[in-house]
Amino acid sequence: MAGLQGAVETAPVSRLHERQSFDPADFPVPGGREEEWRFTPLRRLRSLHSELGPGDGKVSVVVDAASGVSVGNLEHGDPGLGTAYVPADRVSARAFASFREATLISVPAGYESAVPTWLSVRGEGTEGAAFGHTVVDVQPNARAVVVLDHSGSATYADNVELIVGDGASLVVVSLQGWADDAVHLSHHHARLGRDARLTHTAVTLGGSVVRLAPSVRYAGPGGEAELRGLYFADAGQHLEHRLFVDHAERNCRSRVSYKGALQGSGAHAVWIGDVIIRPAATGTDTYEYNRNLVLTDGTRVDSVPNLEILTGEVAGAGHASASGRLEDQHLFYLMARGIPAGEARKLVIRGFFGELIGRLEVPELRERVTAAIEAELR
Amino acid sequence: MSTLEIRDLHASVTDAAGESREVLRGVDLAVRAGQTHAIMGPNGSGKTTLAYAIAGHPKYTVTQGSITLDGQDVLAMSVDARARAGLFLAMQYPVEVPGVSVSNFLRTAITAVRGEAPKIRTFGKELREAMEQLQMDPSFAQRNLNEGFSGGEKKRHEILQLELLNPKIAILDETDSGLDIDALRVVSAGINRFRDDQAHGVLLITHYTRILRYVQPDFVHVFVAGRIVEEGGSELAEELESSGYERFVKAGAAA
Repeated sequence: MAGLQGAVETAPVSRLHERQSFDPADFPVPGGREEEWRFTPLRRLRSLHSELGPGDGKVSVVVDAASGVSVGNLEHGDPGLGTAYVPADRVSARAFASFREATLISVPAGYESAVPTWLSVRGEGTEGAAFGHTVVDVQPNARAVVVLDHSGSATYADNVELIVGDGASLVVVSLQGWADDAVHLSHHHARLGRDARLTHTAVTLGGSVVRLAPSVRYAGPGGEAELRGLYFADAGQHLEHRLFVDHAERNCRSRVSYKGALQGSGAHAVWIGDVIIRPAATGTDTYEYNRNLVLTDGTRVDSVPNLEILTGEVAGAGHASASGRLEDQHLFYLMARGIPAGEARKLVIRGFFGELIGRLEVPELRERVTAAIEAELR
Repeated sequence: MSTLEIRDLHASVTDAAGESREVLRGVDLAVRAGQTHAIMGPNGSGKTTLAYAIAGHPKYTVTQGSITLDGQDVLAMSVDARARAGLFLAMQYPVEVPGVSVSNFLRTAITAVRGEAPKIRTFGKELREAMEQLQMDPSFAQRNLNEGFSGGEKKRHEILQLELLNPKIAILDETDSGLDIDALRVVSAGINRFRDDQAHGVLLITHYTRILRYVQPDFVHVFVAGRIVEEGGSELAEELESSGYERFVKAGAAA
């Protein structure tokens, strides 16, 4: 891709993620200069980041569970809450303190289900803030697929805890198909047991401001995490993905693959790829990349890979970030075969996303995401 | 019967420093249906520039002269319109396009050139047969466009497109480079199938005479320093084979 964009110097990864608390008051109101907030348009967050306490916004959560998968609700104070994740910023802590009812999706040990459990989160207006909490508990040696499907209008903050037990496997696809006026700030945190496997894919196409922070921590050796994402920012959209992979156990693997396109004035994409390999995490194998396709003038991309290695014995560690326009030589080759410019452009963009779409584990989502990308190109 | 006519063609290229340099310095050439022309010349003489200028590559600016296809002004056409009008350029370095499958690309190109989408069943058969003739594995159609192709696979794929898109005039830019002898035979056979009906014209750009043993030209043009400095029949190629370009390079420099 033309025009390489270098990494921006930031503080060490270890320091960026060290503050954690369930109490929102432990986090000062961000002013916009903090490392973790400097790319986010705070003015557009409708006070999600400044006020405290529950809001009166309305978001409905409906779960359609695969057979064998149980669904329940958890009240504040339930010991099943916050076992995998402690909030790492003010909005996340506020969401943890303010949700009405948490949703628990649990898969019993050894149970294997390839049918997705569908959690639909529908916003019913942007007035007032709404908060959510979801716990997905995949017990040892179980397999499950969970789709988080966000739609409608909302001012919404939530946390998702993904607990993947020893030898278990979890596929998560999170669709941010919000209406144009939605604001959504979310943390998805996974804890992977020994030899556990997680595939997490974020598909962010809708919303005014979406800030999604998927993170992974390994609780035993041999874990594998694949974090994928695709996004398409149109005029005025701010789509931010903040990845954090914390390698603290030996022989774990992580792959982060995010691709995005931007078109229209004020389209803004942010990708932060923080990876830390702690001293105990020998034999770690990690690679992360982010590619952005800039389709028009007036867009902005901030792509910041940040890899901190604290052990001398890694199996592999690398990152790549590139943002650029469609390549003239691609378009020339296709046009030289009679394909009109507009069609050639679409072909290249479809090809750009096609690889990630093809890897979506839920077949109906492949069609849906393909159609949504087509709609963006119209 | 089609004619590609190039008259007094001058073209320049702008380098990274913003300096404009003339790379074609008055090319005159007519390629008619049923004819095969070979353009031979040393490296850097402007042969590829000529091919790109005909196809409309944005890197080159035509500053003088004309190109017409059956009287129509080619220079006024966009790159894709030139292809639809019946021009085809087999590229020396075919471009890799990630995520676009060969079969999807070919179907899209055929639809554009023929003006209607090929029927799914007949397209599958047509593609399979064309690939068989070029000794290409059927799995090739599912691969990404030129991605990870060997040199020989890329060139076979260019000739596959030539046969499927069936242009009026084909410009083949160093299609022989990077081919082993078996691949050269297969590719040459494809070019010969294309030209055998006498309804198509071929402009073969090459550095070596090797391919001319398989694809015999009616005319040979020696290209030096941005223009044609000598023309003849296939005997001219033989002379180049034995004595090289030196005599012409001196003549070209003096001109």
